Amino acid sequence: MIGGLWAPDAQADRVVPPSGANARLTLFASAVMAFLAVFSVALALAAARLADRWESEMAQSATLRIVAPAEQMDEQTALAMDLLRTTGGVDNARALSTAEQQALLAPWFGADLSLDALPVPQLIEIRTDADFDAAGLRLRLAGEVPGAVLDDHGRWRAPLIRAANRLRWLGWGTAGLILATVAAIVTLAANASLAANAQVIAVLRLVGATDTYIARAFVRRFTLRTLIGASGGAVLGGTAIAMISDRGENAGLLTGFGFQGLEWAMLFPLPLVTAAVALVATGLAADRALKGLS
Amino acid sequence: MGPRVIELEDVCYSYGGDQLFAGISAKLPDGSFHFLTGPSGAGKTTLLKLCYGALRPTQGALKVFGTPFQSLDRDGVAKLRRRVGVVHQDVQFLDHLTVWDNVALPLTVSGRSVEAAERDITELLAWVGLTDRARGHPPELSGGERQRAALARAVIMSPDIILADEPTGNIDWDMSQRLLDLLSELNRMGKTIVIATHDMSLVRAAKAQVQSRVLRLVNGQLHQAGADL
Repeated sequence: MIGGLWAPDAQADRVVPPSGANARLTLFASAVMAFLAVFSVALALAAARLADRWESEMAQSATLRIVAPAEQMDEQTALAMDLLRTTGGVDNARALSTAEQQALLAPWFGADLSLDALPVPQLIEIRTDADFDAAGLRLRLAGEVPGAVLDDHGRWRAPLIRAANRLRWLGWGTAGLILATVAAIVTLAANASLAANAQVIAVLRLVGATDTYIARAFVRRFTLRTLIGASGGAVLGGTAIAMISDRGENAGLLTGFGFQGLEWAMLFPLPLVTAAVALVATGLAADRALKGLS
Repeated sequence: MGPRVIELEDVCYSYGGDQLFAGISAKLPDGSFHFLTGPSGAGKTTLLKLCYGALRPTQGALKVFGTPFQSLDRDGVAKLRRRVGVVHQDVQFLDHLTVWDNVALPLTVSGRSVEAAERDITELLAWVGLTDRARGHPPELSGGERQRAALARAVIMSPDIILADEPTGNIDWDMSQRLLDLLSELNRMGKTIVIATHDMSLVRAAKAQVQSRVLRLVNGQLHQAGADL
């Protein structure tokens, strides 16, 4: 029955009496749901971007820490750099300067910290490619630079990526729940409307209206209201996202929350998907209600 | 008389565990005029509802235009109903539409062009004497006007059968006579008419106008009473 619900019929729309409060509530509910769905989708996309960035950026980097007595530090650093230069999968290796290490520690010890006063290890930043073999490098370091500890970031990168991915699915899941809520709200509104118009349905049947025709009159009305409400909600949601989002280079989950580039196109199908959900929900509700009114 | 347009073969109907009809059989020929009489609660309205598919027999076969209702789905029943005009005692309209739109409603729901039938609707409203009420709304009509508007709505699709359930129940004698005139005229045009009524004076008044037969529904059985009442 649902297949024939969207056939254009201006006269069919008139046979169902106008219902002011019901119409406004459906419009409002679908606008709010679409607004929330925009945020859920933005959250899912931001989390996906973050997970991808962490995965790609951190998978291409590692840190070598040289822990040695002060008089051996330069020698071990040089040995490690020589070894890294001859290691496959290492694109680039660079020992951090004293100033850079000082800057890294500044949040904890202040900018005036003198590294000479602390046994701070020497850090070497390594850029890697797909051929990088962390386990092999560790074996070589153990033999040639005993004070070197390789950190390929895997230990803390994996749970972060897992968390970002969970957040992404949470965003999509929430969007799905919102659509399910739209279906529930529209179904309730359609049921109320069908029950309130039992006499109208009786008259229509008396004069030879098929149940498909009657259902279409109700379904078109609710689908149209949902489409209008969801379009308004999506526009408002998109505007709000545009106002709060930070499109800077270093945008994180919260600061980078929003849509980027072609992602904005995802706003266009949102009202259509919401209306499609309303179409199916109202169609099923009408079919069930009309069977009950037989 | 032509072919049978309504055939009841051993029709039973039960409601809430009580059997209202126990094996009713009747054949109403094309172009006939029947009164369906009987005491209140005998099941006249139920029998009419069975005849236009609003209810289904619990046993037996009921054919309209040779088609058994049992063989049709809900939409099939609705399409067959377009060939049957129905007038109720408590006429129901769509109150948000004008009288004109209500009369045109059968055309609207069957997908026919109302614009193309504009002249027919105008003539029909004139025939039932409601030209000046066409743009009004049903709640503004009197009981008699509502019955006449219902009759106009019932015949707009030019149905072959017209079923009227106590059409004169809420109106005065003059208006009842007017309605009977209209139904008699339709019968002379070849329509099959069935009027359910407990008003025997209406049955007697019809004798002068049409050749009618009377079906009496008593204790779940249908009896042919002839025209001699």
